[in-house]
Amino acid sequence: MKPDTQADAPAALRAQALSVGALSAIDFTIEPGCILALSGPSGSGKSRLLRALADLDPHDGSVALGELTQTGVTGHRWRQTVMMVPADSQWWADTVGEHFPAGAPNDLDTLGFGPEVMDWQVSRLSSGEKQRLALLRAVAHQPRALLLDEPTANLDPDTTAIVEAWLTGLARHHRWPVLWVAHDPAQIQRVANAHLRIAGKQLEAVPCS
Amino acid sequence: MQLIDLAWWQLALAAGLVLALAVCTQLARLDIGKTMLVAAVRTVVQLSLIGLVLEALFSVAALPWITLMAVVMLLMAGREVTARQKRRLTGGWAFGIGTLSMFISAFSVTVLTLVAIIGPEPWYAPQYAIPLLGMMLGNTMTGIAVGLDRLTDAVWRQRALIENRLMLGHRWQEAIGEARRDAMRSGMIPIINGMAAAGIVSLPGMMTGQILAGAAPTLAVKYQILIMFTITVGTGFGTLAAVLAASRRLFDERERLRLDRLSAPPK
Repeated sequence: MKPDTQADAPAALRAQALSVGALSAIDFTIEPGCILALSGPSGSGKSRLLRALADLDPHDGSVALGELTQTGVTGHRWRQTVMMVPADSQWWADTVGEHFPAGAPNDLDTLGFGPEVMDWQVSRLSSGEKQRLALLRAVAHQPRALLLDEPTANLDPDTTAIVEAWLTGLARHHRWPVLWVAHDPAQIQRVANAHLRIAGKQLEAVPCS
Repeated sequence: MQLIDLAWWQLALAAGLVLALAVCTQLARLDIGKTMLVAAVRTVVQLSLIGLVLEALFSVAALPWITLMAVVMLLMAGREVTARQKRRLTGGWAFGIGTLSMFISAFSVTVLTLVAIIGPEPWYAPQYAIPLLGMMLGNTMTGIAVGLDRLTDAVWRQRALIENRLMLGHRWQEAIGEARRDAMRSGMIPIINGMAAAGIVSLPGMMTGQILAGAAPTLAVKYQILIMFTITVGTGFGTLAAVLAASRRLFDERERLRLDRLSAPPK
């Protein structure tokens, strides 16, 4: 991994009295370097919650990363800092490389790509390749917190294990707070430090063994 | 050469042909006969009315009345721009943005052309001002309507893509950039094509009219070139302004994409 070029110290991601969609008055804190798993039936508002944290939807309540408050910076600055990776990634240019900030990203080989992947046509990527490249693309934008919407949904078990190890390593190394939407209880056991489940309008804590 | 007068019964002959066409489409079960007849009647009524209005206006030739006429034309054009969009900005923004863009482009270019180029006496002489403004508004309106329709449609379809770019920390201008450029281009392309084809494929209507009215073809050509240029400028700047304003309105102060500001398409 490359040396940490960010001057900003690790910070906790904190949501207070957050209300969006069916969810109301949500409070939680993700400490630096910790992964919080979020689960709940489909349609219960997991993605809405992530979108509110990334400030993509209007919402009530406050969100802050350490001293940095959501409303204290411009929208694009906040989203670059608290980076959401959607379940279904979108690609607008022809080649993979055009979607990355200048220079090949780190960790390509970790996720099973060679440097030539930057010249690949987006239209020929498989869903699993897209998902891994979307994670690499998000990390290449140098966030300070990650919001992951089912980051391994399109991956086979072997690749899932690789991606899980890579993401947990990143969170620990950079001391990023990470919110990870997951369905699989086994995966939550493997990656998460804490687990919240959506129950109606509230979140309930699930003990992690 | 004087323009040959047309009697109403001579127009009735042409109307008879339209009627014959309507009967044929009805026999072929195209189901547009009624629409065609209604449109034909509208042509007669609307043009006759505007003829009366123009005759009155030309005889008065007072600035307040000409201004009133211009404002009415502008508002009608604004309404037309709104009606031609499938998904439009709600809360009067579609009408407001369309009308304001036409005002700053079509109006200012018309006034500039009258004052600085043609220079009739007085500068607002209705024989020049009203037809000029009419041609400017008609074309600017089409450009703005196409541009706005393309913009809102593209944003609706590319929602996930634009939001993914926002998630990566792109500014709203970058996230919508491609859709915005596309919309601006499609608003301007018809008039560019019109300039390219003028005189080869089509004889522009105004030039034809002037020649019919007895003007020398070389003078008619000069006027047509002037009109083509001013229409291009008016359409171009109007489309740029309208698409810029509408794309800004599609995002809020937190740079979120706000599709809830678009209405559902009419059934």
